[in-house]
Amino acid sequence: MKLTLKIWRQKNAKAKGIFATYKMEDVSHEMSFLEMLDALNKNLVGEDKDPVAFDHDCREGICGSCGMYINGHPHGPVPAVTTCHLSMRYFSDGDTIWIEPWRAKPFPVIKDLIVDRSAFDKIQIAGGFISVNAGAAPEANSILAEKKKSDKAFDSSICIGCGACVAACKNASAMLFVSAKISQFALLPQGRIEAKERVRAMVEKMDELGFGNCSNTGACEAECPKQIKLTNISRLNREYYKAY
Amino acid sequence: MGKLVSKIPEGPLAQKWTRYKASVKLVNPANKKKIEIIVVGTGLSGAGAASALGELGYSVKNFCYQDSPRRAHSVAAQGGINAAKNYQNDGDSTFRLFYDMIKGGDYRAREANVYRAAEVSNQVIDHFTALGVPFARDYGGTLDTRSFGGVQVSRTFYAKGQTGQQCLLGCYSSLNRQIKKGNVKMYPRREMLDLIVIDGKARGIITRNLITGEMERHGAHAVVLATGGYGTIYYLSTLAVNSNASAAWKAHKKGAFFANPSFVQIHPTCVPQLNEFQSKLTLMSESLRNDGRVWVPKTKKDKRPANEIPEEERDYFLERRYPAFGNLVPRDVASRAAKERCDAGYGVGETGLSVNLDFRDAINKQGKKAIENKYGNLFEMYKTITGSDPYEEPMRIYPAGHYTMGGLWVDYELMTTIPGLYAVGEANFSDHGANRLGASSLMQAAGDGYFVLPNTISNYLADEIRVPRITTDTPEFEAAEKAAVEKLTRLLSVKGKQTAASFHKRLGKIMWDYAGMTRNEAGLMKALELIRELRTEFWKDLNIPGTIGELNMELEKAGRVSDYFELAELLITDALNRKESCGAHFREEYQTPDGEALRNDEEFAYVAAWEYAGEGKPHILHKEDLRFEEVEMKVRSYK
Repeated sequence: MKLTLKIWRQKNAKAKGIFATYKMEDVSHEMSFLEMLDALNKNLVGEDKDPVAFDHDCREGICGSCGMYINGHPHGPVPAVTTCHLSMRYFSDGDTIWIEPWRAKPFPVIKDLIVDRSAFDKIQIAGGFISVNAGAAPEANSILAEKKKSDKAFDSSICIGCGACVAACKNASAMLFVSAKISQFALLPQGRIEAKERVRAMVEKMDELGFGNCSNTGACEAECPKQIKLTNISRLNREYYKAY
Repeated sequence: MGKLVSKIPEGPLAQKWTRYKASVKLVNPANKKKIEIIVVGTGLSGAGAASALGELGYSVKNFCYQDSPRRAHSVAAQGGINAAKNYQNDGDSTFRLFYDMIKGGDYRAREANVYRAAEVSNQVIDHFTALGVPFARDYGGTLDTRSFGGVQVSRTFYAKGQTGQQCLLGCYSSLNRQIKKGNVKMYPRREMLDLIVIDGKARGIITRNLITGEMERHGAHAVVLATGGYGTIYYLSTLAVNSNASAAWKAHKKGAFFANPSFVQIHPTCVPQLNEFQSKLTLMSESLRNDGRVWVPKTKKDKRPANEIPEEERDYFLERRYPAFGNLVPRDVASRAAKERCDAGYGVGETGLSVNLDFRDAINKQGKKAIENKYGNLFEMYKTITGSDPYEEPMRIYPAGHYTMGGLWVDYELMTTIPGLYAVGEANFSDHGANRLGASSLMQAAGDGYFVLPNTISNYLADEIRVPRITTDTPEFEAAEKAAVEKLTRLLSVKGKQTAASFHKRLGKIMWDYAGMTRNEAGLMKALELIRELRTEFWKDLNIPGTIGELNMELEKAGRVSDYFELAELLITDALNRKESCGAHFREEYQTPDGEALRNDEEFAYVAAWEYAGEGKPHILHKEDLRFEEVEMKVRSYK
């Protein structure tokens, strides 16, 4: 199929960006979205032009590196997939596709579609851990955990840290991201011990870094490629109230 | 041959590690702060090592090429992590786990290292559980396990099909805690371009900041490489597309021997290649073979949809060839059996290069819900990629490059042949012999990082406490930085027509065709010739737009591919040298009449450790003889 791509090009953090137009011939339905961009870049390099920069690594939907706005949706129009898993089956001959980086104040653009998500690491550094040194752990089965809660903890813990939730939110809120980690630990007995310190530290850091507040629009849940639920945010709020 | 000293402690196998720890030299807490350690890589072994060393009070600098340590490729491991807990009361023990690994590795691993890996496995599970890794649990609240390929006990702890992600995020959380405490300083988006050796000791690294393109010098009292394997040498593999061997290769060229490079695991259950643009092959966890049955039609080129082929016309070839282990044979055996059927014309799908993995019987017996609980996310992933629903029709799978058992040679202390340079996790060669058993990579990587290295490194550092902070304004740093810049400049100045990726793809095809699942002398010789031609073409017709002093992903790729050309030759040299079939290394000339691997213990019960002899010179082979004191070398049979 033939496609027209409108891609955000921005030389570096300070430069002004623009949409550049590229025509693609012979795009296969069997390609993934990133493989389609690989093909574009191959052409650009062949013409000695600067290829489009984008983050990517595992290409199996688990590392969280990739992420771009595609036709107004983080990771594109198909629910519950990352950009690397988005198949070109979902596009048709003659389509024009708009491709942009995440847009949020705490995620400044580095180049083209690459943004700086180190703010996410900073939030995790503030408190996203259980304080135990190697060698200090008790025998694993001495910590019993209710299966139902443990399974819920797992459902929260599968966040890949891609940033789609922040990009989707009109307030650039990181509540879904933070609540996923808070929930994982809050639901496990080993995480309860420092639950108060954790929630205070992570929320404080989140605010400090300029992420917005949650106004319950639910865009984050709708766009999350791992389908992390809004109930995590309710749990975060509950944990936060309990912590003061 | 005198250069390889494995430093295996005296005493009975089961007491070696305990005795070692009791006698190892220690570093006083007050001195630890003054000692700097560089850790390159943030997977289970790298983040594990950085955290544990930080917890001990050392000053750690941790590097990764990704934007965040949470993205290291350990994240993609699926099925599980082994430990000898014997929670199932099914006869498991440290010895049995050790024995399964030694046997599974086809007696080409070092006994003492393997035993220790089995020994620390229980500590790894305790630690991950304490860190809040949500492993699967039973209704009574205890941890659940499942069985995995190549063994007859249930010792694999898991978190659905995302065990690697959960363990990696556990490591990431412990790393974050040390970053917060100031014990670890994190350097993301950095690529290691060289190792600094001063007076014979590893003293630092040269990195390139991948955002600004700036060259950086980092000094330390010791350097730990946790940089993973070289599976992307095949271009298409289950690895992250940016995974590479460049850090290990640079260390090799500075004097670290490279061991058993031809030992590469081809994983049997991957989504087959669907098109020519494909950039990677996705793994479908081996755990699927617990419930899925592998089959092909009994008739050649049978194009009927799988569900229309009646039971009596199906060949469950693993169950047929290996009745004792059936679908749970180790990976190398399963991969070759699938290749054999496809080469003989029984493969399914458009290309005939795939076999069925069928869940029909398991769904009928256990119900769809039970199967969904175990493999839900994998089934979803398969459907996303292929558009076909594994609940309704069999998956199609084919082997793909996955894990490299070979790597930097290390002694019992995980130190390479360069004093002060350590290699942990997949980057070293030590624990898996010629074939790795499922769910043992997470186990070994976390064990190395959290529990082995932090104990062994003090034996070296105890003698380094009087060495002041390593400054980087020395001739060694100067020369290494200059050489790194020169290499990048040379790549940039080729100014031809083709992309680095297009060369990588062609190199990968040569490696897959001639040095993949099976090898023979003529093919390997042919591959050497083809690689040399391609390498010449690379240095004449490569194109990289842009400059060195900016974010330049084409430049990064080209650097990695140029190293792969060199490693590919060594891999083939090793495969030519090893005139036997063992584990994943299958030389067609050496097989039994029924097509099984034929080992030659008389001549090849050794680790082949290769020394770099200089540009254009042949590598020098050093042999570490493998002595088996506790186990008898047997024919590895799963029949």
